[in-house]
Amino acid sequence: MNVSGLEIASREKEKPKGLIKMFLKAFGKNPYARSKNIFIIAMLTPILFIYFYLRVYPILRTFVLSLYNWNFLLPNHTFIGFQNFVSLFSDDHFLLALKNTTIFSLATVILGVVVSLPLSIVLAGKMKFSPFYQAVFFLPYITPMAAMAVAWKWIYDSQYGILNYFLSIFHIPPVGWLVYPDTALWAIIIMSVWKNIGYNMILFMVGIKNIPISYTEAAQLDGAGRFDMFRYITFPLLQPMLLFVLVTSTINAYNVFTQVYVMTLGSQSAPGSAVNVLVYDIYTNFFQYHKAGYASAEAVVLTLIVLVLTLIQFRFIRNREE
Amino acid sequence: MKNDRTGIILDSPMKRRTRDIITRILRHTILLLGSIAMLIPFFWMISTSFKVPEEILVWPPKLLPSNPTLENYFTVFSTIPIFRYLLNSLLIASVSTISVLITSLVAGYIFAKFRFPGRNFVFLIILATAIVPLESYIVPFYLQMIDLGWVNTYQGIIAPFSIMSFGIFLMRQHIMSTVPDDYIDAARIDGASEWNIFLRIVVPFSTSALGALGIFAFIQAWGAFLWPLLMANDHRIFNMELGLTAFQFKFSVMYGPLMAGSVLNIIPMIIAFIFLRRQIIESVALSGLKA
Repeated sequence: MNVSGLEIASREKEKPKGLIKMFLKAFGKNPYARSKNIFIIAMLTPILFIYFYLRVYPILRTFVLSLYNWNFLLPNHTFIGFQNFVSLFSDDHFLLALKNTTIFSLATVILGVVVSLPLSIVLAGKMKFSPFYQAVFFLPYITPMAAMAVAWKWIYDSQYGILNYFLSIFHIPPVGWLVYPDTALWAIIIMSVWKNIGYNMILFMVGIKNIPISYTEAAQLDGAGRFDMFRYITFPLLQPMLLFVLVTSTINAYNVFTQVYVMTLGSQSAPGSAVNVLVYDIYTNFFQYHKAGYASAEAVVLTLIVLVLTLIQFRFIRNREE
Repeated sequence: MKNDRTGIILDSPMKRRTRDIITRILRHTILLLGSIAMLIPFFWMISTSFKVPEEILVWPPKLLPSNPTLENYFTVFSTIPIFRYLLNSLLIASVSTISVLITSLVAGYIFAKFRFPGRNFVFLIILATAIVPLESYIVPFYLQMIDLGWVNTYQGIIAPFSIMSFGIFLMRQHIMSTVPDDYIDAARIDGASEWNIFLRIVVPFSTSALGALGIFAFIQAWGAFLWPLLMANDHRIFNMELGLTAFQFKFSVMYGPLMAGSVLNIIPMIIAFIFLRRQIIESVALSGLKA
């Protein structure tokens, strides 16, 4: 057992020189190495091929396409350099979509964390009915978005919606929440926060439960109050999870589509009430106007924004840790 | 800090207990109010779905239907083939899940237990593409589906969900930490084939992680909307989400049938949640473990 372990270790240290030697080594006389390598090649190659075709290739091709002017129903496409990007930043639809998506993302990410962090701290502690509360707050996350968007549309209804009824108790006049772009954006933000609180909550609870009990016990012995506990123990040790929640929710928020589509674009919403967001603008440019290059340029901007925000969040959290 | 410390020590046990009880009551009150707020959309949807049309459009709104009716549900069943959509959703989500499980397990195992040139580089690429969502490369992806002739087909809808970077990552981590090298080496010396090692050792060791990953993949494929919306032109391959949206365009202001359609739409997930609540929450929690 021991000997063979050594053998394997020493064999793996050898570096192959040149392709032929590599091939001989892979399919040479050593039966262990040969069957191992056949297994790797037979099993991994198809998966990597599929992976490449379904992920790597389209991601790279988005960047290439963004440099072309191309109606994808026609064969001819012309290279135009960065012209698409220049046009984008004077395109009102795009700029509005960019603004809306940014407001949406900022609001949902911040509200999502502000609500779910205290919630998860309370529910992670020893308390009665914690599993019940967890289930309730988590439930919206697993229900399909389109169905819940339809339900919320009914809540926001300007004439018979239950929200306006609730507000009328406090003598607030009815509002056509989904009729005006400004209120519609916030209505969708509230709905999206409601939908995703449970996800953040579960992640924060994982983070809290990973904090060693010895830390919290030591702090308690030192007489730390609840707030001190949060300030000096829970919050600093929760930073990696906070980073993860921030990154994933930012990525998701920037790619918002379903709830916007269902809640503001149905036949019943007033004309001009549509809240344009980036993915919807990509969708329109590509599927209605067939502008493959232009839509790709938009997608590139979207990808870059998300990438830069992710890097900033990483930097920010890293710096705070030091 | 110091004041706090002495404060706690000087508190009599009685005083501390009453304070504890007050915080506990306060906490439960807030949580209960929060829970009610979370459940209102569900309650309102279900309540409306059983109301007769005259009761839906009234002011002030009625909390519960006074004479509950199934009429709205009959309207749904007679207008759209909702069972077909349900089967489509099941088909799309199951095939995607099975594909994610197989590819993640095999690739995860190979990345965890084998050494080969370029391994780290390839794995790095998989990690890097994990944060790029489908929406970012949807244009070339659609063009690829045109090339394959997969537009408006089940395989076209399934394609983007058939592989998952996070799944490969998860299975690699799991296999690295739970499958002992000794077992694999011993089996090899005993003359077991690589395929046998995979089936007899790696698969049994990985069932818990596979279960969690399966739930996660299933939820993702089940809730898909934008991609099926692009792919499916023919309503016969619609999933439930698309079916509901099409239905919404037909019955724009008829909230009764719309709510009935939404209720039918969420029922499968609610049932799954009732029976698999712990597993579902754990599988979602798992996605945070890489943090």
